[in-house]
Amino acid sequence: MKVEKKGEGIKFPYSEKVLEHFRNPHNVGKIENPDGKGLEGSPACGDMVAVYIKVEPETKVIEDVKFESYGCASNIATGSVITDLAKGKTLDEAKKITWKQASEELGGLPPIKAHCSVLAVEGLRSAIRDYEEKHGLVTEKEPTTEEVIQRRLKHVMNPLTGLDIIRTNLILKTSVEAGVVRVVVDLPADHQFASAIKEDVMDKLGSLWDVERVDVVFTA
Amino acid sequence: MIYLDNAACTRLDERVLEAMKPYFFDTYAVATSEFGYSMGIDAKEGLENSREGIASKLGANSEEIVFTSGDTESSNMALKGVALALKEKKGKHIIVSKIEDFPVLNTAKTLQKQGFDVTFLDVDAEGFADLEGLKKAITKETALVSIQYANQEIGTAQDLKAISEICEEKDVLLHTDATHSFTRLPLNVKELPVDLVTLSAHTIHGPRGIGALYIRKDTPINKFMDGGFQEFNMRAGVENIPGSVGFATAVELVTEEENRQLEAMRDRVIEKALSEITDVTLNGSHKKRLPQNANLTFHYVEGESITLHMDMRGFAVSTGSACFSRSLEASHVIRGIGGDHERAHGSVRFTFGRYNRMEDADSAIEAMIEIVARLREISPLAKK
Repeated sequence: MKVEKKGEGIKFPYSEKVLEHFRNPHNVGKIENPDGKGLEGSPACGDMVAVYIKVEPETKVIEDVKFESYGCASNIATGSVITDLAKGKTLDEAKKITWKQASEELGGLPPIKAHCSVLAVEGLRSAIRDYEEKHGLVTEKEPTTEEVIQRRLKHVMNPLTGLDIIRTNLILKTSVEAGVVRVVVDLPADHQFASAIKEDVMDKLGSLWDVERVDVVFTA
Repeated sequence: MIYLDNAACTRLDERVLEAMKPYFFDTYAVATSEFGYSMGIDAKEGLENSREGIASKLGANSEEIVFTSGDTESSNMALKGVALALKEKKGKHIIVSKIEDFPVLNTAKTLQKQGFDVTFLDVDAEGFADLEGLKKAITKETALVSIQYANQEIGTAQDLKAISEICEEKDVLLHTDATHSFTRLPLNVKELPVDLVTLSAHTIHGPRGIGALYIRKDTPINKFMDGGFQEFNMRAGVENIPGSVGFATAVELVTEEENRQLEAMRDRVIEKALSEITDVTLNGSHKKRLPQNANLTFHYVEGESITLHMDMRGFAVSTGSACFSRSLEASHVIRGIGGDHERAHGSVRFTFGRYNRMEDADSAIEAMIEIVARLREISPLAKK
C-alpha cells in the first residue's frame, strides 16, 4: 500500500481565521485614562491580557475598546475578536459576550488552548466591572461568602493543567470569618507553582471590599 | 523553510542514505545468519564495521557498543539496567541532574515510583551541576550517577572530567547522555572514567531510530528486553543494520571545520540578539556550550507567539514556553537554572546544523528583531 495524504489530512491546530487575527490583531494597544480597565492572567500561567474601555456615560455604550496581550496565538486572536464584538455594544450587552461566541467567530480553538483564550473574555468583563464600580453602578455591595470566593478563584489558573484551580480540585477548602479569608491549596509549599498561585489568589481576593486578610495555606 | 531546530532532529545527509542503501536492497540478511549463508556474513560485517567506527570515535572497544533504537532507549537501558543490577549488591539510590532531558529524567521518576531513592541534583544559574552537592549526595547506597554531557535546551556543557573524577573517587558508576554533544564536543572514554554513554544518530544528520549505548566492559547491567541473543545478549531484536551503517557514516562525516562553522552561527545569533534587542537574557553558559546551540529569552513576549511568527516568515525554531508544549508546563530546564516562568515562556532555542549557512543566522535574527518589537508593542508587560 502506498502511504499518501488522504482527504484533509492532519490539520494545523489553529484555523486560518485564528492565524489571521494573530497576524493582524484588531484593537491592539492601550487607552490612556480609560473609563474601565481589566487585567487577567499572569506571566506565571503563560498568558496575560489587559482590556481598556471608553464608555459613553449617557448611553453606556462602549465607544472604544483596546487590549494588550502577553500570550500565545489563541490568546491574541481571542482578544482581537472579543474587542471587535464589544465595540458599539452597551455594557449590559457586552457582559453577555461569551468565550463560546469568540471561539465560534474564530472557527474553533484547540481545546488545550481554552484557558489561554478565556482570559480575553474575563479581561473584558473585569474592565466592565471596574467601570461599574468606579461609577457607582454597583449599588449593593455583595458580602464576601464562600460562593463569592469560589467564583473569584475560578479566575486563577492551575499551571499544571491550564484549567482553573477550582475545576482541577486544587483547592481543598475555603472559609471566611470576620474579614479573614482562608484558602487551602493541595500542593506542597515548595512546589514550583506554589508562589505564583498564592500571588494570584491574593490578588483575586484581597481587593474585595470587606476582606481584611487572605491566608493561603499549602498542604505540606 | 530555514530549519533551526536541529536539536530536535536533523536532515539526513544524502551520503548517509547512499551508505545505507545496499543494506536495504542487497545485503538485507540478519547478522545472526552468519553461519548459514554468505549474505549473513556480509550483513554482519556491515554491522560490526559500524560498531567499530562508533567505538573508535569514542575511544571505546567495539564490544562495548550496543546498538539501540535511539537515545531514549539507551538512557532507559542505562538507568534501569544498572539500577536493577545493583539494587541488592550496592543500593537503591541514583542521582540525576534536575535539567536532564526526558529520557533520563522520566526514567529516574519511574524508578522512584518503583521504590528507588532518587536525588535530583541542583544546577547553578548557567546550568552547571552542583559538584559539592554531588559529593555530598553520593552514599554507599548510590548505584549510579547520570549527568548529561551537554544540555538539550540551553546547551551548557558540563565539566565531565570533574564529575567523573568525583564518581571514580567515590566508586560509583557514571552515565552521561551525550545525545547532543557526540562528535560536537570531545569525549574519549579512555581518558575519562565514564561508564555508560547515550548516543543517537538523529542529531548528526544520521537516520532516526538508531542509537547506541556505550557500556564499559564489566559494568554490572541487566538487560531489560527479552528475546533473541543479539547485541551481546544485551538488546534483543533483529538488528537495524542499515541504521547502524547510517549512524557510523554520520559520525564519520562530522568534521572539526563544521563544528567551527556551527559555533560561528551560534555566536552571531547570540551577539546580535544581545546587542540589538533590549531585555534579552542568554540561557546557559556563554563559554562552555554546544557549538550548535543558542538559547535566549526575549522578555515580555511569549514564546509560542514568537515561534508562530517565525514560522510565518519561514523559520523553524523552538521555545520553552508552556503554550508550545502539550503538557502546558514551562521548560523544566529554564526553571531548573532559577529562571522564573516568564523567562521560560519567552525563551527561544536556535540550533544549527550542516545545512545552515551564516545567512540563515543573520536572517533569523533580523526577523527576531522585528517580531519581538511587534509583540512587545502589544504586551502589557513591556516597558514602552
